[in-house]
Amino acid sequence: MAKAAESSGDPGTTTPRPLFAGLSDISISQDIPVEGEITIPMRSQIQEFDSSTLNESVQNTIMRDLKAVGKKFMHVLYPRKSNTLLRDWDLWGPLILCVTLALMLQRSSVDSEKDGGPQFAEVFVIVWFGAVTITLNSKLLGGNISFFQSLCVLGYCILPLTVAMLVCRLVLLAEPGPVNFMVRLFVVIVMFAWSIVASTAFLADSQPPNRKALAIYPVFLFYFVISWMILTFTPQ
Amino acid sequence: MAAVDDLQFEEFGDAATSPAANPGATTIHIEGPSESPTHQPGLPRGSGGEEDDELLGNDDSDKTELLAGQKKSSPFWTFEYYQTFFDVDTYQVFDRIKGSLLPIPGKNFVRLYIRSNPDLYGPFWICATLVFAIAISGNLSNFLIHLGEKTYHYVPEFRKVSIAATIIYAYAWLVPLALWGFLMWRNSKVMNIVSYSFLEIVCVYGYSLFIYIPTAVLWVIPQKAVRWILVMIALGISGSVLAMTFWPAVREDNRRIALATIVTIVLLHTLLSVGCLAYFFDAPEMDHHLPATTAAPNQTAAAAKN
Repeated sequence: MAKAAESSGDPGTTTPRPLFAGLSDISISQDIPVEGEITIPMRSQIQEFDSSTLNESVQNTIMRDLKAVGKKFMHVLYPRKSNTLLRDWDLWGPLILCVTLALMLQRSSVDSEKDGGPQFAEVFVIVWFGAVTITLNSKLLGGNISFFQSLCVLGYCILPLTVAMLVCRLVLLAEPGPVNFMVRLFVVIVMFAWSIVASTAFLADSQPPNRKALAIYPVFLFYFVISWMILTFTPQ
Repeated sequence: MAAVDDLQFEEFGDAATSPAANPGATTIHIEGPSESPTHQPGLPRGSGGEEDDELLGNDDSDKTELLAGQKKSSPFWTFEYYQTFFDVDTYQVFDRIKGSLLPIPGKNFVRLYIRSNPDLYGPFWICATLVFAIAISGNLSNFLIHLGEKTYHYVPEFRKVSIAATIIYAYAWLVPLALWGFLMWRNSKVMNIVSYSFLEIVCVYGYSLFIYIPTAVLWVIPQKAVRWILVMIALGISGSVLAMTFWPAVREDNRRIALATIVTIVLLHTLLSVGCLAYFFDAPEMDHHLPATTAAPNQTAAAAKN
């Protein structure tokens, strides 16, 4: 081969030695391997992993999911600034909580259809469409949280209010009266504050700093409406 | 030879032929994307033209309309298009609410506060809050009024929430639509100086409903006189905000049509507030606070007074 063509790129300058001139001195021997196989060492491992969750017993699967849900419940009950709810979100917990709340809140079919407490479907729709609306609002304002992460946090933070509903139900078994009402009011207020604190701890960081109040206010309204439904529940 | 030269690749500048070594060669510098934000959150828009904004915004209205049209450049099926309607900061929302609570004569709400940045956050969440405020305080006031009656059994009246939602949202969206259509039609006949976009009208209506939230909470007080005074105050404030906003848009028109428009706007607003008061809040009856030995004469007396 002649001299490298690169040296013809600079016409005007006189270099003592053209570039890559030493290349021609190299002889390619047959010893350097320039071909081979590319093996993916992970393949067998992946197959093994897939079959392990597919073949495990149903009890293992359910227990694993239940443990994940329970761990998130603990995070809601003792809210610290952590990423657990956001990182591995799931919607099982919100579904369980929403169904429990709606079952306890629905009015019995005995009383009149005109006015009364909400039906099961109404509670369900309020919770889920409320959560979707708040998520959309937060994303439209420029928050960088994903859709399902936000739904997960809002759903899990209904846990204190569900506990309040259980307590109210128990308290209502006693005789009615102003004391009864005061106890229920106190419990609902405390649990409402707990829900707000828990959801703010998880959601506040993902909002742009000058719009935090705009994004948190709908959360406040959402839990306020649910608290009102719990407080005004009257068994027939 | 010329053919051989033509076939050879021409090497362009790489690291070896840097500008330092080869000053004659031309080099192209390609930088990474600069980090300039598309909009700075702390800066209020239109601050340059603020001094020119008066009650009648002469050509500014056309220019700002054009600019508003240019701002939303994303197609309507993308998420970014709708994000432009939520481009407000906390202090801006508070300013707009304050502007709707304190109507200053001579200051136009749209010119002063909205300034071609209409948002949908305020109208939507103010209406949502108002729906729940009316439903909850109506329920509470009925409970307090009927507290002593023996035949009264408390019901949460959840059905009224959906009725309130239908009424409030229909008012806050359909009336601006009708008004906008009407103003566009008049604009085609009479050259008006000031014209508003649909979103700006929705914005004004939404923020003007804010005064009804504390009013609805105060309507719990079971005194007829107090309630009607509250209606007057709320109507005065929000009606004047609306009237002062829309008067410049119709004043070029035929005198009668302009007056009729303003009167219709205020009338619809009155209808909304009085209708909500009548439907969601039971009339307080004074007899319930009198001590009674048995329930029957008390109820017949109340029925007779009705």
